[in-house]
Amino acid sequence: MSSKQNFSDALSGWLMAAPLVIVLALFLVLPIAMIVVVSFWGATEFSIYPAFKLDNYEFLLRSSVTYSVYLKTFMFTIISWALCLVIGFTVAYFLAFHVRTQTWQIVLFLLCTVPFWTSNIIRMISWVPFLGRNGIANQTLMSMGVIEQPLEWLLFSDFAVVLAFVHLYTLFMVVPIFNTMMRIDKSLLEAARDAGATGFQTLTNVILPLTKPGIMIGSIFVVTLVMGDFITVRFMSGSQSANVGRLISNDVALLRYPSAAATSVVLLITVLITIGIMLRFVNIRKEL
Amino acid sequence: MTETSKTSSVSRRSLLKGTAAVAGAAIGSGVVTGFPTIWAQNIKDVTLRQFGTGVSNLNDVAIKVKEDLGFTLEMTALDSDSVTQRAATQPKSFDIADIEYWICKKVWPTGNLQAMDTSKIKNFDRIAPIFTTGKLTPESTVAQGTAPSTVGFVEGQDGTAFAKEVTGWMTLIPTIYNADTLGIRPDLIGRPIDTWAELLNPEFKGKASILDISSIGIMDMAMVCEAMGEIKYADKGNMTREEIDKTIGIFMEAKKNGQFRAFWKSFDESVNLMASGEVVIQSMWSPAITAVKSKGIECVYQPLKEGYRSWGGGIGLSANLSGLELEAAYEYINWYLSGWVGGYLMRQGYYSAVPETSKEFMSENEWGYWYEGKPATGDITSPTGDKLAAAGDVRDGGSYIERMGAVACWNAVMDENQYMVGKWNEFIAA
Repeated sequence: MSSKQNFSDALSGWLMAAPLVIVLALFLVLPIAMIVVVSFWGATEFSIYPAFKLDNYEFLLRSSVTYSVYLKTFMFTIISWALCLVIGFTVAYFLAFHVRTQTWQIVLFLLCTVPFWTSNIIRMISWVPFLGRNGIANQTLMSMGVIEQPLEWLLFSDFAVVLAFVHLYTLFMVVPIFNTMMRIDKSLLEAARDAGATGFQTLTNVILPLTKPGIMIGSIFVVTLVMGDFITVRFMSGSQSANVGRLISNDVALLRYPSAAATSVVLLITVLITIGIMLRFVNIRKEL
Repeated sequence: MTETSKTSSVSRRSLLKGTAAVAGAAIGSGVVTGFPTIWAQNIKDVTLRQFGTGVSNLNDVAIKVKEDLGFTLEMTALDSDSVTQRAATQPKSFDIADIEYWICKKVWPTGNLQAMDTSKIKNFDRIAPIFTTGKLTPESTVAQGTAPSTVGFVEGQDGTAFAKEVTGWMTLIPTIYNADTLGIRPDLIGRPIDTWAELLNPEFKGKASILDISSIGIMDMAMVCEAMGEIKYADKGNMTREEIDKTIGIFMEAKKNGQFRAFWKSFDESVNLMASGEVVIQSMWSPAITAVKSKGIECVYQPLKEGYRSWGGGIGLSANLSGLELEAAYEYINWYLSGWVGGYLMRQGYYSAVPETSKEFMSENEWGYWYEGKPATGDITSPTGDKLAAAGDVRDGGSYIERMGAVACWNAVMDENQYMVGKWNEFIAA
């Protein structure tokens, strides 16, 4: 009787998990497995053929382009992440602790999401006329007498790329941080004040530790989005800079799927390692 | 599409017999005039799917096809990389491929396209000789690169190797071609430009651009390096590794010195770079110049003493086409060469494969301006109605013979293509 009971429990457990397992297997595991398989294939000018060769990886790991491109990718990632964190944390802090009524919190939060009602490519491209040589930014600065000559580095530069990344992805930092901040028990802040902590001490000793999971979730978003991007770098650098995503898209454009797959696998591993390291600092599971 | 081909394949034979008789009777009684003749009834059910680059995938053409021929032409416009990709990897997704000749060289060996019987092409004898013998005039020589004549013919319908001379089987029917050069903003440069070497002139530091499509960009680079006297190529369209290294090396140096403002990949990007004044000299395509001009901004497609880099496109038939669809495709090709499209394209600044027939669809003023290089006698407008030139203006570069006669090389794929692409990636990442 009891073994039968156990069996049907186990069965219903499996059945309940089945839909998710199937979805993940079909749409996550299978495609990735496919990419890994293809990364060992060979390619001719116009076709790919099944094989097991390490050529793609060998070429990738030997090429100096790979290393300079990875360096650039990490540079973009670290700078964008740091700026997103500072801005995102500040915005979330303001929303959570300075705005008193819930209505206003909701209104202001929604206001933050307004830009996301348009496509991110449009939001990115709209920087182009703004930052250009004869763009609004340069014209304004020149008419104010701040500069004599237009600033060339505003557009088609690494600056422009980072600016676009920060603009596009800060909200991904704001949301999880705001979320964890809202769940901080306000009496803790009162207790800190009663115990004689200054505002800054409260921030570093109470709020910051308690918002770590939110910061980490936001960081994972930003890091993965920036490392996987290719279109922002292409448009904002005027095709003059390359990150790993652009290497992959170039390969795809030239029908070199196996090489693209190998680059993707290496990128995937790199991103997983990066996230692995980040998770060493905060145990999200425990803190949620 | 699969629907139509299924039904038509079941009853094709009987349909053909029936409609031929009906159409025959109709012609006899004088009811039907002009073509399409034989397939008048069931050809309406045919849908041909064409894809290609934006330049010749024009909606106006599809509308006119429906009007003149009765069947439906579905157009998909893609960039050149995606075009190559689709032609090579998705043969079932199209009936007609509108591709460039260098793409043909790359894609033909896959067997996804079938050769065309030239005896079924009415205007075959009038196709510009640059596509058949390769010689514009009997005295001219074939330019470097993937010249259309070198990949224009095969030995038989299923032939995979390109023939050296004219045969009865054509790979692509040429549709559109032009001679490319550098575009400049004369108002911002303020002095004459006459050589490709100017692209790397430090005077234009931070104001130059080149296109980021490796197979075409490398040719522009070669034109520049040769003009600078740095490199002398045996064949710009088929460089050796040393030549590639040296060419890219020169441009990498220039990039590090901040010569380039940006690189462009799509037509619109090149227009915006030029129109906004971010760039004053760059590789450019003819209609992009037109687009800048139609914004009221001065822009010249500057003829240069070293000559042009030329390109040509054509339509190829999918190997999957047969029966009624194949006949419809031949009708389409014959219609394409019969002049209306040619006139349309020539009024955009391109050349058509059979210039003589296009003439009938252009005014004397237009023909004189675009083809003969004569001063315009009145306003010249684009097919969409934008004014491009006023009376007295002369086309940049002059007449057809002057422009196409000064072609230094054709867009190409090299034997060392893979190596070149690797170096190109280095250039972009540098």
